Amino acid sequence: MSAVSETHDNHHHDHAGHGYGDNSKLYIHIFRDDLGSKVGMWLFLFTEVLLFGGLFFLYFGYRVADPQAFHDAALNLDVMLGAVNTIVLLTSSLTMVLAIVAIQRDSVKLSLFYLAVTIACALTFLVNKYFEWSAKIHHGIYPGSDHVAEMPQGEISFFGLYYLMTGLHTFHVIVGAIIIAVCMVFIVKKHINKDKYIILENSGLYWHLVDLIWIFLFPLFYLLH
Amino acid sequence: MSDVSIDINKSSREIQEENHNKGEYTTFYDVKTKYKGILSWLLTTDHKRIGLMYLYSLMGFFLVGLTLAFLMRFEMLTPGPTIMDAQEYNSAFTLHGVIMVFLFIIPGIPAVFGNFIMPMQLGAEDVSFPRLNLMSYHLYLIGGFMALGSLIFGGTAIDTGWTFYVPYSLRTGADVILPLMAAFILGFSSILTGLNFVVTMHRMKVKGMGMFDMPLFSWGLYATAWIQVIATPVIGITIVLVVLERAFNFGIFDPALGGDPVLMQHLFWIYSHPAVYIMILPAFGVMSDVIATFSRRQIYGYKAMAISMMAIVFVGYMVWAHHMFTSGMSDFARAMFSFFTFLVGVPTGVKIFNWLATLWRGSIKITVPMFFSLASIFLFSIGGLTGLVLGALSTDVHLHDTYFVVAHFHYVILGGILTMFFAAFHYWFPKMFGRMYNQKVAMFGAIMYFIGVNVLYFPMFIMGYQGMPRRYYDYLPEFQIYHVISTVGSWILITAILTMIINLFYAIKNGRVEKGNYWEAMTMEWEDSPSPPPLLNFEKTPVFRHGPYDYPDFSDEKIEEAK
Repeated sequence: MSAVSETHDNHHHDHAGHGYGDNSKLYIHIFRDDLGSKVGMWLFLFTEVLLFGGLFFLYFGYRVADPQAFHDAALNLDVMLGAVNTIVLLTSSLTMVLAIVAIQRDSVKLSLFYLAVTIACALTFLVNKYFEWSAKIHHGIYPGSDHVAEMPQGEISFFGLYYLMTGLHTFHVIVGAIIIAVCMVFIVKKHINKDKYIILENSGLYWHLVDLIWIFLFPLFYLLH
Repeated sequence: MSDVSIDINKSSREIQEENHNKGEYTTFYDVKTKYKGILSWLLTTDHKRIGLMYLYSLMGFFLVGLTLAFLMRFEMLTPGPTIMDAQEYNSAFTLHGVIMVFLFIIPGIPAVFGNFIMPMQLGAEDVSFPRLNLMSYHLYLIGGFMALGSLIFGGTAIDTGWTFYVPYSLRTGADVILPLMAAFILGFSSILTGLNFVVTMHRMKVKGMGMFDMPLFSWGLYATAWIQVIATPVIGITIVLVVLERAFNFGIFDPALGGDPVLMQHLFWIYSHPAVYIMILPAFGVMSDVIATFSRRQIYGYKAMAISMMAIVFVGYMVWAHHMFTSGMSDFARAMFSFFTFLVGVPTGVKIFNWLATLWRGSIKITVPMFFSLASIFLFSIGGLTGLVLGALSTDVHLHDTYFVVAHFHYVILGGILTMFFAAFHYWFPKMFGRMYNQKVAMFGAIMYFIGVNVLYFPMFIMGYQGMPRRYYDYLPEFQIYHVISTVGSWILITAILTMIINLFYAIKNGRVEKGNYWEAMTMEWEDSPSPPPLLNFEKTPVFRHGPYDYPDFSDEKIEEAK
């Protein structure tokens, strides 16, 4: 199987867009547009912001409707665990950037190391989240529980939103960690190298977004008493 | 048509150019692909094949929705139960709405003609992300089968109306979760298509072509793609919330747990109002291309046409709550949303007048696509102007949730969008298949269609004004005359649609062979590419030579000058 590359003006991203011919004479049309990929990634991040935007909209609506209940309910959250998770995620964003810089300088091992640290941070975050949630559930605070049903209505909304927003965010952390793991495989297989690292850059953008959303969630739920 | 002999040392462009010099080319239908048979379609990344797969799937779902519509109209022929009971009627209008909105009219023109035609209009070989394009099609199929699955396996089919308002959607015993998850996945597919198109139109235009050199069909898709990107995520999260609320009692929307159902309506319409612009803007684009081609004229006010579409996107994002004037909102909010609703009529009016101005002194040729475009201007104007009646606060209180709304909506959708879907189908048919349909049969179908839409929906304005509520399966005897006329109209319309579809699908295999620029249009997909196109759309890398509508000017002044 051989590939013939075709150079376009300022297009440097490849995809095996078209393949035709039988297997002995397979021809692959190569097309590469790094800037286009990045624009696409930014648009995708924009949709993610709007996805969370719907929830922030609800948070705003219910907070304005019943600020006292939100104040009271927020006292139940553990600021310490939230702060630790904030630091962990900020660190992971830094190591993500360092990994990209490392691959640009062709130091593959260093890049892999930084990505491993990033994943470790993601796992730390998840473990923290597990303890935080299981403590809440142990106290009977979870959607649909009898304990929650007895709370004032504003507090039910608060905990509903708390589980939804941090839950959706945690889901994004898991997805992000998987994407970074895939990037590590690509680096080992040299699909990502010092001339072609757009996939890693885009994964980095995604990871920063995950971090950024947490930066908003942390004060809204843990700090605003 | 011969197969390409492949020399691995040459680029596909060189191979195509060589074959062109030999006077032959291989169409994208005949080209050898990595996979054989059905897989060469299902796993293709070629935007043309993906467009065609969308076409066939959309038509399939459309026929299901059409059947439900036929049954509903039949039920309304007499007061009381005619062929179904109340519960079945609730499920029928809900599924009709869900299927037609999410599976047909929203993907509609962009997924089929956008995929097939838009890259060619830009002189591009494909969209920016071909694999993502295929993934969006796969998601579309999965979502479609989930929606149909709930119809077949779901026990009681969903009966909430396509708007799935809480609290009813939380309490009903019908199957809500499967169709909602289907809508979520379809939304994802729509986002990916929009994202792909925005990047394609920025990055893939042929050298020398600027944004304001794109044909207006591409501009329509560009505006649409932005709405797909900025509005669809909101319905995504709304659906997830309704599903979770139903499953786990989160207390987000359920009033019994302190939730606010009106907030759910806001979130729903933040997407679903811009969604009607997702439907109509590509139709506006088709209209511009068709009218320019068959008037042989430069589109009047090209830049105003392009900018007005972006203005519709912008203003259209701020009108959503006009669906909720009776739901409970402050008077200030209602006045603002009413104001913006009137404001969105301005760019729309600009477009209507510019089309009419394009016709003026044009060399008009009435073909099937042209007939549809002219019919569409007429029908869409009725739909649009009655929309202003509903956008005015005082009249809306009287007309809210009546057949007037149903008539308005369907005049816009069938009059403005489905007409243009068929116009696009008839216009680009020779391009897509290299064959020509029977134009007399098509014209007969088109005229029947025009009559059918009016007979079906005009009586609804009258009975709605007199107080016939929508979504009721029973009615007072005094409304029967309107319902009977309307049901007869549905038979005319369905006959027309089936005539056209059969005519077109028959011609795919049996039509007269037409290889060139059948309508003598000036956009790149017609001028620079043979029909049907080769794999990479053009035999040689195309060169941007002139604007999309640079027809020779036949106005009096120019003829005087020539003398």
